Amino acid sequence: MLDLSQYQSIGATLKDALDHFAGELCLFEADREREKERLTYREFKERALPVAKALQDAGFSAGDRASIIMTNQSKWLISAYAIFFAGGVLVPLDYKLTPDEHWQLLKHSSATVLITEYPIWRQLSVSVRRSAANVQTVLVTEAPPNSGLSSAQRWEEFRGAGEPAFVARTRRDTACIVYSSGTGGRPKGCMMTHENYLEQCVALTSIYPFWPGVRYLSILPTNHAIDFMVGFFGPFTCGAAVVHLRTLRPEYVREAFPKYKITYVSLVPLVLKNLQKGLQARFDALPTGKRRIFNTLVAINKAVTKNHARLGISRVLLKQVHEAFGGELRTIIVGGAFTEPQTLQFFYDLGIPVANGYGLTEAGTAITVNDLKPFRADTVGKPLPGMEVRILNPDGDGIGEVAIRGKTVMAGYLNDPELTAETIVDGWLMTGDLGKFDGHRHLQLSGRKKNMIVTEEGKNIYPEDIESVFEGLPVKEFCIFAANYIWPKQTMTGEELVLVIHLETGQPLSDDLRREINTRNQRLLNYKRIHGIVLLEEDFPRTASLKIRRNVLAEQLGKLDRSSAVLPL
Amino acid sequence: MRTLEQTTQEVLDLAVKHFQLPAGSLAPEDDFFKKLGIDSLQTLEMLSRLENYFGIELPDYEVQGVSDFKTLAERIQSRL
Repeated sequence: MLDLSQYQSIGATLKDALDHFAGELCLFEADREREKERLTYREFKERALPVAKALQDAGFSAGDRASIIMTNQSKWLISAYAIFFAGGVLVPLDYKLTPDEHWQLLKHSSATVLITEYPIWRQLSVSVRRSAANVQTVLVTEAPPNSGLSSAQRWEEFRGAGEPAFVARTRRDTACIVYSSGTGGRPKGCMMTHENYLEQCVALTSIYPFWPGVRYLSILPTNHAIDFMVGFFGPFTCGAAVVHLRTLRPEYVREAFPKYKITYVSLVPLVLKNLQKGLQARFDALPTGKRRIFNTLVAINKAVTKNHARLGISRVLLKQVHEAFGGELRTIIVGGAFTEPQTLQFFYDLGIPVANGYGLTEAGTAITVNDLKPFRADTVGKPLPGMEVRILNPDGDGIGEVAIRGKTVMAGYLNDPELTAETIVDGWLMTGDLGKFDGHRHLQLSGRKKNMIVTEEGKNIYPEDIESVFEGLPVKEFCIFAANYIWPKQTMTGEELVLVIHLETGQPLSDDLRREINTRNQRLLNYKRIHGIVLLEEDFPRTASLKIRRNVLAEQLGKLDRSSAVLPL
Repeated sequence: MRTLEQTTQEVLDLAVKHFQLPAGSLAPEDDFFKKLGIDSLQTLEMLSRLENYFGIELPDYEVQGVSDFKTLAERIQSRL
């Protein structure tokens, strides 16, 4: 691994990595069963530098912002390196957002360059919000021949002749603007510095190392903080290879493990649970005799891995299971949302350690991670090296708000000093999550203080961001809440949103109104939808500027009985 | 060449079979996440079945944001 303490920026680090590991395999790209690309570090560099030169020829310079909206594929990483090489700031956006949301964030980030895929551009180019953003250069990948690109250029033809000039940045400069939420009106653009990434990389690879020959399976989109770190920057600094799979279809995910001899993979809980389900079904289908033998082997494995993982032994004991994963899998990294302990234990019992951790965009990739010494399914692990974690105002059970400090904490929210000041207090990042430390300094999370939910797909949903869909609803006033914010619950799974309505005097909750709510709800992506309605027969408390005082309203609602207050849709 | 109506009906029939539901229990406008209580990965599994049946390939991005059978059938129809 490169000595990252010697580097000032992501660009400088990657530049050296591409030379240092020139002959090593760097990237695989597979679309279902078809391998589309296989690049060495040298070839990666040869692909990226002409893009960097073309960007510079187009006037792109230090501090300029360029956004990538793509599924996870090789051109994502090649483009990102070209941006860093040219001294730019990367704005990675979630391709699953709507075109209007994309343009809103492109405007907010002041991105002047947009790099995207043809199917996404087809939708973006016809969005009415397009004119609001100041994007000067649009590069589109994989556009079919003769397709109209509006004012965009083909990525594949965007090549500058000659050597681009490397543009140095300092550790304090912003490397990326990562949106943790805020498509509903107050974008939260986390300004992540080069130092944030360099320090996070050192901390994570000290526990989960990469080296040439390691293969990381990337199925999460690279705009996701976890994949950016463990599916791009981390492996590249160590000469490891990244395998991109351009689909989340479970059958192809399963096939990729043995085909590419995967060493590490990052998954969100939803995908992990799907894998568990598939495996469990296969175990259940075993004939009684084989089932008995299998259960005995699992029991032996559990006994020998009680204190720490012993991959060599597990791979022999449960050979067929490990071979289904390619025989080289060392750890499954899971994050983005809370994972149920039973799921973690299921894999550990099979001799496949799952590195469960806890993080948030504002703090870099991870705050705590399970170091497997010993494996603990009931916690999110210990603070990473260099990360200070405190529990603020603990109650009688030791539970309080988790606050963190360290070199991986963002510089602040873009264009929002007020929100930054509320979030980072005296150098401590207020996470809004509740938890406590156990006797072994493992962090146990137990709920949220903030009004938001995290889905099993690792999506953060803030009620304010989806209220616009219900604007104009024929009621006196409405507001959306995370149900657990109103009625605090010591859990971080099964979280739901509810629509709180104050009807006009004498107005019934009619079938027409219900239909209207359902129709609007269906306009939202499935994981953003509300799950129930709460009726309130009094005016919402508001500030002098007529903003809803959400905390006061939540307190009022909290006096209602949850089971009878939440009406089904 | 199938009509959109035929494609829609075949999508509904396959979904009914895949999820072992009573015949005629699904309608074109139904939200499959809600009606079937499935998550995004289970939807992808259903899509793989549909692809095999229709002999087409639907990239994940083509079905991004689609949640009702009618729109799904339209996406399939455009690839037939």
